[in-house]
Amino acid sequence: MSAYSYLTAQEIPTLVERLAPHFEQVLVPTEQKGVKESVIFAPWTKGSPISLAKATVPPKAAVFPKCETLFSYKIEKDTQDAPKLTLNPEIYAPKTLIFAARPCDALGLNILDRPFLQSHYVDPYYAAKRDKLCVVTLTCPSGCENCFCHWVGIGPAATQGADIVLTAIKSGYVAQAMTQKGQELLEKCAFKDGTDKVPEVNQARKAAWESLKPAPDLSQIHSTLAQSFADLDFWTQETQACLSCGACTYFCPTCYCFTITDEGDAQSPQGGQRLRSQDNCMAQLYTREASGHNPRPNKALRMRNRVTHKYMTYKETWGAFACSGCGRCIQHCPVGLDIRAILLAAIARTTNTPDMQGGK
Amino acid sequence: MVTPAPTTNPSRPKMQGNPYVPMPATVKEVIQETPVIKTIRVVLDDENARTNFHFEPGQVGQVSVFGVGEATFVIASPPTETNYLQFSVMRAGEVTSAIHKLNVGDKVGVRAPLGNFFPYTSWQGKNVFFIGGGIGMAPIRTILLHLLAHKQDYGTISLLYGTRTPNDMSYKYELEDWLNREDLNCNLCIDTAAPNWPHRVGLIPNVLKELAPSPKNTVAVLCGPPIMIRFTIQALQELGFAPEAIVTTLERRMKCGLGICGRCNIGGSYVCVDGPVYTLKQLQSLPNEL
Repeated sequence: MSAYSYLTAQEIPTLVERLAPHFEQVLVPTEQKGVKESVIFAPWTKGSPISLAKATVPPKAAVFPKCETLFSYKIEKDTQDAPKLTLNPEIYAPKTLIFAARPCDALGLNILDRPFLQSHYVDPYYAAKRDKLCVVTLTCPSGCENCFCHWVGIGPAATQGADIVLTAIKSGYVAQAMTQKGQELLEKCAFKDGTDKVPEVNQARKAAWESLKPAPDLSQIHSTLAQSFADLDFWTQETQACLSCGACTYFCPTCYCFTITDEGDAQSPQGGQRLRSQDNCMAQLYTREASGHNPRPNKALRMRNRVTHKYMTYKETWGAFACSGCGRCIQHCPVGLDIRAILLAAIARTTNTPDMQGGK
Repeated sequence: MVTPAPTTNPSRPKMQGNPYVPMPATVKEVIQETPVIKTIRVVLDDENARTNFHFEPGQVGQVSVFGVGEATFVIASPPTETNYLQFSVMRAGEVTSAIHKLNVGDKVGVRAPLGNFFPYTSWQGKNVFFIGGGIGMAPIRTILLHLLAHKQDYGTISLLYGTRTPNDMSYKYELEDWLNREDLNCNLCIDTAAPNWPHRVGLIPNVLKELAPSPKNTVAVLCGPPIMIRFTIQALQELGFAPEAIVTTLERRMKCGLGICGRCNIGGSYVCVDGPVYTLKQLQSLPNEL
């Protein structure tokens, strides 16, 4: 069977309906009314409305929840005998479909995979969820206001990390299987063959690319940042407006800092849980040690860590940026800090600084 | 003297199984070292875990007090000590305060071994000069005892151990032996003069300069609070120690201990997996973030 299926715009809910039986959980972009209207990935049930807008919050919680239990603990004291300690690991990994994520969201998952799966240890909580995850992305029709995915090596029609890619054409959508998993699912959905629509898909992808403004060359940004690392005046100036609120980290599809805390008295009848929660490297207490010593006591040092992790040290370790260019950190920053501006300022700073080593 | 054949370090022991779940353990002994430092000796509850547990000197462990949390400490007993694992803990925050409240028989958790270890095989045939400041004596004790147990492989082994006051000295019950040992050149110092103190007085970097160990064929191994490390490294460099002959073990706030959670990094190097042991040469190649 062909890798392409064709469906009309009205058939998008049908696609979700036909995919859903193969999963325990289907997360679809869903409009959420509130003080500020947003689109979040919410569990889908038959009939729930599906938004195809770019989600306000990326779907990374599917593999890296805001908070999850690592294990429960309980200590039972015994007057006659030694106390009894029970530890019960809890790995919750429902078979999950993420529907209509954007290419930047899918790339974000690939960026998370490396530290969680390919480092010194395999993280069993992440691995179990990732293994049971299937991702359907939607090609972006154009760049959006704050995104810069083409700066970091992908684009509005990128397919990395997707099992199935949906692309809008004039008469509807074409679903393209990118992996074996995606192919099998699409076959089960039994839509019309979309092979004859491939030229239209390619045209839509091309049009998306053409909507982008030219990107600066970031191929040497890791060494640019290394050269700017010790210039504290630079980082202080770039970070002046920062509130250390951490919105940039919580909205980021690639940030994976976490903390581990205990909740509940071990000797109570119900015991307690050790939890892992998403954390925020921009917070002052993040690195503060019990002695009071803090290696990153001010926001300039913390922003330097955040920026250099994304474009320098992660790249040195893994050969790719820890940024998918989604632009959410820019869109949601309450003071309008723009990580792109910091990168450009670092490039400008390095270009304008005379080489102290005496010639290049 | 015959130069020993170059040897590679033994491979790194790692945690087994789910790396977030600690091994249950029981407190066997509590030693009040100083007003703010206690040593706990713990025994792993599971016999298989006990038999299969191996570590190298300098590796660390996360000690859990369930309901409070966990914190990182060096395994302060040498690998040859198989009856218990020892952690020396200075009371500073929530977890360390909870550890100070533990009694014999209480349950804790241990995630270990984590991190790298002292590259001691590369020191064979050399003199080794240890410098421990305050609670930084804990990792130094591990590797010091390990070397003394294999003293035929090394040249002169020396120690400079300094604390603020005589009361702040840990391992007091061993110091007399260390001072008397033929195979250890042991020096003690305190920051300011105190009555009946027969040893040296002065800050560690200054006392080190008085002692003036020769850098020739010598490795300096130090641990202590950040400020002590900074000035002691300066003193060692003034004495002529090369960056590759200065070895330190660092401490950072850690959560996962697995190189993921993002707290302990110096640039791209994660102290919990790429450290905690670094040579000055390695540190110089990292962004200056100490």
